[in-house]
Amino acid sequence: MGEPARDPARVPRPAEGLAAVAHRAQELLPPESVIADHTRLRTYECDGLAHYRVTPGLVVLPDDAHQVAEIVRACAAHQIPYVARGSGTGLSGGALPHADGVLIVTSRMRTIREVRRADQRAVVEPGVVNLDVTKAATPDGYYYAPDPSSQLICSIGGNLAENAGGAHCLKYGFTTNHVLAAEFVTPQGEVVELGTDAPDAPGYDLLGAVIGSEGTLGIVTSATVRLTRLPEEVRTVLVGFESTDQAGAATSAIIAAGIVPAAIEMMDALAIAAAEEAVHCNYPEGAGAVLVIELDGAAIEVEQEYAEVERLCRENGSFEQRLATDPVERALIWKGRKSAFAAVGRISPDYIVQDGVIPRTALPEVLREMTRLSEESGVRVANVFHAGDGNLHPLVLFDDSVEGAGEAAEKVSGAILDLCIEHGGSITGEHGVGVDKSKYMTRMYDDDDLDTMQMVRCAFDPANISNPGKVFPTPRLCGEVPGRHKDTHPLQEAGLAEVF
Amino acid sequence: MRSTLERTARDAVSAACEDVVPGGEDDLVDGVAPGLVARPASTEQVSALLRTAAEHGLTVTPRGRATKLSWGLRPRSVDLVVDVSAMDRVLDHQAGDLIVETQAGARLSDVQRVVAEGRQRLAVDETMIGATIGGTVATNASGPRRLAAGTARDLLIGITVVRADGVVAKAGGRVVKNVAGYDLGKLVVGSFGTLGVVVEAIFRLHPLAEVQRWVSMPVSTAAEAAEAVHAVVHSQAVPAAVEVEWSAPGDGAVQVLLEGRADAGDGRAATVAELLGAASVTSEEAPTGWAAYPWEQGETALKLTCVLSGLSDVLEVARDAEVRVRGSGGAGVLYGALGSDAVTTTAAVTRLREVCGRHGGTVVVLDGPAEVKRDLGPEGVWGPVPALDLMRRVKDQFDPDHRLSPGRFVGGM
Ligand SMILES: Cc1cc2nc3c(=O)[nH]c(=O)nc-3n(C[C@H](O)[C@H](O)[C@H](O)COP(=O)(O)OP(=O)(O)OC[C@H]3O[C@@H](n4cnc5c(N)ncnc54)[C@H](O)[C@@H]3O)c2cc1C
Repeated sequence: MGEPARDPARVPRPAEGLAAVAHRAQELLPPESVIADHTRLRTYECDGLAHYRVTPGLVVLPDDAHQVAEIVRACAAHQIPYVARGSGTGLSGGALPHADGVLIVTSRMRTIREVRRADQRAVVEPGVVNLDVTKAATPDGYYYAPDPSSQLICSIGGNLAENAGGAHCLKYGFTTNHVLAAEFVTPQGEVVELGTDAPDAPGYDLLGAVIGSEGTLGIVTSATVRLTRLPEEVRTVLVGFESTDQAGAATSAIIAAGIVPAAIEMMDALAIAAAEEAVHCNYPEGAGAVLVIELDGAAIEVEQEYAEVERLCRENGSFEQRLATDPVERALIWKGRKSAFAAVGRISPDYIVQDGVIPRTALPEVLREMTRLSEESGVRVANVFHAGDGNLHPLVLFDDSVEGAGEAAEKVSGAILDLCIEHGGSITGEHGVGVDKSKYMTRMYDDDDLDTMQMVRCAFDPANISNPGKVFPTPRLCGEVPGRHKDTHPLQEAGLAEVF
Repeated sequence: MRSTLERTARDAVSAACEDVVPGGEDDLVDGVAPGLVARPASTEQVSALLRTAAEHGLTVTPRGRATKLSWGLRPRSVDLVVDVSAMDRVLDHQAGDLIVETQAGARLSDVQRVVAEGRQRLAVDETMIGATIGGTVATNASGPRRLAAGTARDLLIGITVVRADGVVAKAGGRVVKNVAGYDLGKLVVGSFGTLGVVVEAIFRLHPLAEVQRWVSMPVSTAAEAAEAVHAVVHSQAVPAAVEVEWSAPGDGAVQVLLEGRADAGDGRAATVAELLGAASVTSEEAPTGWAAYPWEQGETALKLTCVLSGLSDVLEVARDAEVRVRGSGGAGVLYGALGSDAVTTTAAVTRLREVCGRHGGTVVVLDGPAEVKRDLGPEGVWGPVPALDLMRRVKDQFDPDHRLSPGRFVGGM
């Protein structure tokens, strides 16, 4: 495809630009991989955050980096916005399409290209499902450490874009700590390598900037990830407490004892009730809170740590401790936790999954304030969270058929984020900003901070076509960009544009 | 070669910060004499200095305690050194949250002293005595513990930088888990002072281990060394570090560090000793040279990386090229030293670059005599760098006039 339009008189109309991109896609891809039919387009209208919906202008399902690059080039030439999409499980509307734009779906790029045990590396395409990387590595005694609860479905490309975490990131870190290199298509349609197979590639850590950028800097077409050795010993214990205060105190005591468990997850009474209803995980009867604590590592080390964890939980008021004695029991304990989001559907017709972070030591206070918020508003809040690192996932329950219930829930959900910010935390620990939270960014960062972040955006995507409208509340103007056209109404432009 | 500044520029710099002196003999930046050295006491002063520098078109090099100031290429010009060593406070240690907030001029050792009171540590080794936080972040310097804990890149959770135009910007925050906005810290780590001046940093901490055991195994061939490293790394021993000492002919060692709870230390050491074989020795003391780079003053300093399967080949070539090597064999990050003869250096770098490149890695000439760096040039010092165009675009955004440590970094940026 040609150069981006430079002559302002040749600024294309979106509809015609889109038609040109569709034409290019049809040249490149088999017919079933180019979707322009309205009914089929609608299947892609939202991601995991279903209350934002936009039917995309065009959906393409490329097979490789070359095709991605060609489509992006076509978009660049016609100033058409594009959005990458993996499995569409994102919870912040990051993969929300543009009506005048292209949705580039990676679901046909699902090859695990290499698993190299000797080097502790796997090279995978972006559409590969997270858990499949672990499955491919397990026969060699390895796994892929970042384990979002959605790992059965979510894609590695989506994980990179969101810097996905999981229950085990307390000890093992996030996606960004496990990716060494990526093949990447810039918003100009160039294919570049970021990082190297070995650590510490020289130069700016562009990969580090791309990870967590929610698809706004370009599209990842392959990732080289680090594989982690499976531990010799894993101990998973389910601990029942009368209150979240006790469970929180036990968590603090464990951290203070110098133990970094693989995971410490907390659920409150309402979340337990929901999980019980949904998956019959048989959590301790009458518990006001449970902790799921997992220790892993060298067997003798784990044994020492376990003895201490057991004692610290007891000293902080646990009334029941159930140690999983085999993988089946362990899976059952985790099932209760990992199904918690979906499970609240059993006890409430509608709910909002919130994602905020607080310094872990603020937990008791924030929990108390959340209870107060809930009592004052009459909106029920179930709590599931990564207690070890202060990442809260309050589930705000409501019934959309009741008038005003949705708004009341939104209000409580927003107030919870305010609490996180007030306590020096973050508006998102793993679900990302997307469209949903961009308005909160100014609460965490001032104009200079945001302006500086957008300098990165301007370096990568001065034309603002890669997932525009996400993350930042207002776009930064990147100086002179040839042929730039922004937010102009198609009709207004019609008289100016030439037909391509 | 000394930068001479206009009177007005000098006055303006002095107005921005109380402590400004002309650059002296001790202030050379890799041989370049700076016009002025400013020692700001606050972020506001750093900001005022950079704003002034922008107004007067002055080139600026940030400095901590100068332990790695000569790393990278020689800057094209240094009108002003911004020395942050007076900003040396450890601002806040929250033991319960496992975080520390510190000024950039704080020494790594001071940070360790403060957090040790809560039985914690910042899991970055002090590879150069006296190193500051700012310098450690700017060079992403790392030692043995990177195997398990990663580097400053992985441990940094929040950062405040002063941009080339004087604007103060922060990213990240005080919580470990945070995906709000771009991770600017990643760009700044390892940017060698070319994107901005780091003024504050927040890190996640780790608990201090109750015991440490080193299991060392003598090796005499590259294959033996690699085999020992593989045995430990692919085992379930969870080592904190796996080092290769390969700095004297015929006399190498693989050194494994185990850290953890008191009652498990000996048992875990015994497991590793068994893996390594009868010749291994267990100690409660670190072996000589632990966490130190292998080079002497005036030698050429290399950083070599490769994937694990390439370790044997890389060590082989290093020995053949008379490059003394020490480093994290387990992580695939090694450091090399060689004498000051330029011809040998160029040849050795070329050979090593070939073998490291074949195994997914790179070679960077971190430091060396002026002639060596000059002869090698940007491509020879930093090696081929993919995505260099994109890096230039980042640089152009952050420092459009190329005044921050100009010429020091990849591609002569
Ligand atoms: C039940 C449930 C549980 C969850 N649990 C967790 C959890 O524990 N931890 C966690 O971190 N998240 C969790 N999530 C959120 C979500 O699964 C993650 O954000 C995941 O990483 C998204 O992957 P995806 O493939 O579905 O991406 P999508 O939703 O398709 O896309 C997400 C973002 O990534 C971008 N993107 C996708 N592919 C690429 C690519 N190749 N290159 C560039 N950008 C791309 C998109 O543009 C979008 O901005 C959960 C979601 C659900 C529904």
